[in-house]
Amino acid sequence: MTSINLTLKIWRQPNNDALGGFETYLLDGIHTDMSFLEMLDVLNEKLTKEGKDPVAFDHDCREGICGMCGAVVDGVAHGPEKEVTLCQLHMRHFHSGDTLVIEPFRSRAYPIKKDLLVDRSALDRIIQAGGYVSVNTGGTPDGNSIPIPSQQAELAMDAAACIGCGACVASCPNGAAMLFTSAKISQLALLPQGQVERKNRALAMVEQMDKEGFGNCTNAKECEAVCPKGISIRNIARMNKEFFKAILTEG
Amino acid sequence: MELNSRAPSGPLEKKWSNHRFSNKLVNPANRRKFNIIVVGTGLAGASASATLAEQGYQVKTFCIQDSPRRAHSIAAQGGINAAKNYQNDGDSIHRLFYDTIKGGDFRAREANVYRLAEVSNQIIDQCVAQGVPFAREYGGTLANRSFGGAQVSRTFYARGQTGQQLLLGAYGALSRQIHAGRVKMYTRREMMDVVVVDGRAKGITVRNVMTGEIESHTADVVILATGGYGNVYFLSTNAMASNVTAAWRAHKRGAGFANPSFVQIHPTCIPVHGDYQSKLTLMSESLRNDGRVWVPKTKGDTRKAANIPESEREYYLENKYPSFGNLVPRDVASRNAKEQCDYGKGVGTTGLAVYLDFADAIKRDGKETIYKKYGNLFQMYEKITDSDPMVEPMMIYPAVHYTMGGLWVDYDLMTTIPGLFAIGECNFSDHGANRLGASALMQGLADGYFIIATSIAHYLGTNKIEVVSEHEAPFIDSKRWVEDRISKMLKNSVGGSAGKFTVDEIHKELGRLMWDNCGMGRNKAGLETALEELPKIRKKFWDSVYLPGTNKEINQSLERAGRVADFLEFGEIMIRDALTREESCGCHLREESQTEENEAKRDDANYSHVSVWEHVGSEEAPVMHKEPLVFEYVTPSQRSYK
Repeated sequence: MTSINLTLKIWRQPNNDALGGFETYLLDGIHTDMSFLEMLDVLNEKLTKEGKDPVAFDHDCREGICGMCGAVVDGVAHGPEKEVTLCQLHMRHFHSGDTLVIEPFRSRAYPIKKDLLVDRSALDRIIQAGGYVSVNTGGTPDGNSIPIPSQQAELAMDAAACIGCGACVASCPNGAAMLFTSAKISQLALLPQGQVERKNRALAMVEQMDKEGFGNCTNAKECEAVCPKGISIRNIARMNKEFFKAILTEG
Repeated sequence: MELNSRAPSGPLEKKWSNHRFSNKLVNPANRRKFNIIVVGTGLAGASASATLAEQGYQVKTFCIQDSPRRAHSIAAQGGINAAKNYQNDGDSIHRLFYDTIKGGDFRAREANVYRLAEVSNQIIDQCVAQGVPFAREYGGTLANRSFGGAQVSRTFYARGQTGQQLLLGAYGALSRQIHAGRVKMYTRREMMDVVVVDGRAKGITVRNVMTGEIESHTADVVILATGGYGNVYFLSTNAMASNVTAAWRAHKRGAGFANPSFVQIHPTCIPVHGDYQSKLTLMSESLRNDGRVWVPKTKGDTRKAANIPESEREYYLENKYPSFGNLVPRDVASRNAKEQCDYGKGVGTTGLAVYLDFADAIKRDGKETIYKKYGNLFQMYEKITDSDPMVEPMMIYPAVHYTMGGLWVDYDLMTTIPGLFAIGECNFSDHGANRLGASALMQGLADGYFIIATSIAHYLGTNKIEVVSEHEAPFIDSKRWVEDRISKMLKNSVGGSAGKFTVDEIHKELGRLMWDNCGMGRNKAGLETALEELPKIRKKFWDSVYLPGTNKEINQSLERAGRVADFLEFGEIMIRDALTREESCGCHLREESQTEENEAKRDDANYSHVSVWEHVGSEEAPVMHKEPLVFEYVTPSQRSYK
């Protein structure tokens, strides 16, 4: 097992109203098998032992699926490794002597609550606007009465894999949540179950997205590059198509 | 403490429909007059919240994370069982019932397990209608796989992310009700207490983890869907925030806690690699379909796997269990791995791992076939360990995964506190002493979508429901108690951190004690030692835990401290429960209770019961009550996998 020594520049901000700034910490003896969050745990234990305030950050499952963790490392949301969340990024991708700059996901729609911890409830409100099939519990037909071609189910699953971490927004120069929104619109537009509400869903979710203060897509593709689940921007194209079809026929 | 299971009489297959008919209903126009609190938004909590709101009740739902979609159900990989028999391979409701009750080593209630199997088919229909992208055959029908050694293919799946997709389905249904204004969602709230008024659950006390504010919420019914307590061991496959606090606070207010020592240890997890490690990662059990488990024949062999010749490898599962081989159930596989490591034959830097080798499967089926089957798991493994299972064998070790124990509930899923219900993993329910693979998702959704609403209607329809206010004494007292406890936790920090311990240091100490003495294998001496040691750790916590910051801000150390304080109390009934159950059953080996061949020996004559613990006071030892288990439709048999 090898270990490395790091210099960390971490964004510290006590609350939403306060001004924030970078603080520098030296951290030695980091095992390269550690995950990035375990490295932050080690820093926090050290700070606590020194009687200082540990760095606040969101995290939960630590296996890359809950979507709760995330920070910008050296300018890249979830760090330098492709298709991983911060909890699945391991320290073997860094070198002894590196200086790492760690910041929260930044967006007009994500108020910073403390240090690296932000409020992403805007994403929930986009789903609440229509990211579902409106069926009540009970009285649904037999599962096999709705045949779905395997390829179609796979395409829907590609979009449904979104974990709602919001890294797409943090990496977008326009602060757009279009990858996130389009993933849900695509999943349901591709499936027969989603057809009934297809148009209203596209209109309602896009409207909510705008209301929350997110920007719009200009094909910078930064979102796709940082998405831990490899969600493709083809979904954004599909969402645009869904939206135009809806607005021309319904709006 | 009275334990009336309310399990309906009559023939097995009629029990649930008869019960639904005999239960009282609430008129649709009256439902809006009733307030329901749901704590937790995993599969059970989200599905219950959505279903009750659809029916017209006023629902308030609470979760600890920033969004209801984060709950740990999201991490389930494998799949969800249902008795659809779509594959025409002999499955039926009765077979799923039998497999579940047998898999649980005959320590669950017949009526409940049958109901679970019965509603399993509706769950699949519901999820399909929501647009859950289950795997499909080329003809468009739903695909199934065989899972966890089941002899039929009854498991529905969405790649390796079934839990995620089912949870997002339930989260969608919940989101729809939030949008409609029928569910009021409270995120970032941690439940600190149940408020009991005149013997009935009438609300909860929560802490807003963003502001530190302690809030009271009133309701006519409280439903806990707060998951399992595997994090008592510090290291487990659970999410970091998973905890016992809600269930434990309910227990201290009068809810019986059933079978707390029933914990499932999953055999295929990535081994521990250092003290800094924060959690363990599960690798799907399906790997054992093609991987061969082995250790070196000689103790302390430190050669690389590739340098150990075939003749010096011991395929202990294949040798010991010729008919099941590497596919023995979870408990048997886990126990044997630990045994090999205890002999000193473990591999890796810590000696706490065994090999899971795909070399023969690759030779037999070709690299491509194996990669197609397990590629995503291999990638996940490689990301974490930096080793490629296509080239060198995987290393695995058992880890705490699921807790079968939980709040005792009757057939209506009501605890021993009237008006307080428990659903999903936080109740003790349907898995007996061991849960089968792909059954946790099934149970969470069965409880939430199809069972709880009937129970709630019956409770509301048969009891006089008094309106309470948060200004009444029980709410004020509860709030004050919570605030005092937090102040007590923070009191040591005034003089600085010197000579004090962090929350994690104390939690790790507790975890080691529990893992060493109340894990897979248990014996009287070890359990008695643990019972003596635990109060010392508890004292250390209250005397010298250091918490930075205050209660009036985001304070993640304080959040963790509250949970650890409860684990430190809860651990005691786990140990006591393990101590009084002098038989081996389900997931654990009681070392004094073994067959001549060193296999687990169940003792039906003395232990065919649910052990239910009652809290009688902080200074007194808890009291155990028994709910006898009666088997009318199955004959308990000793499991054998030789």
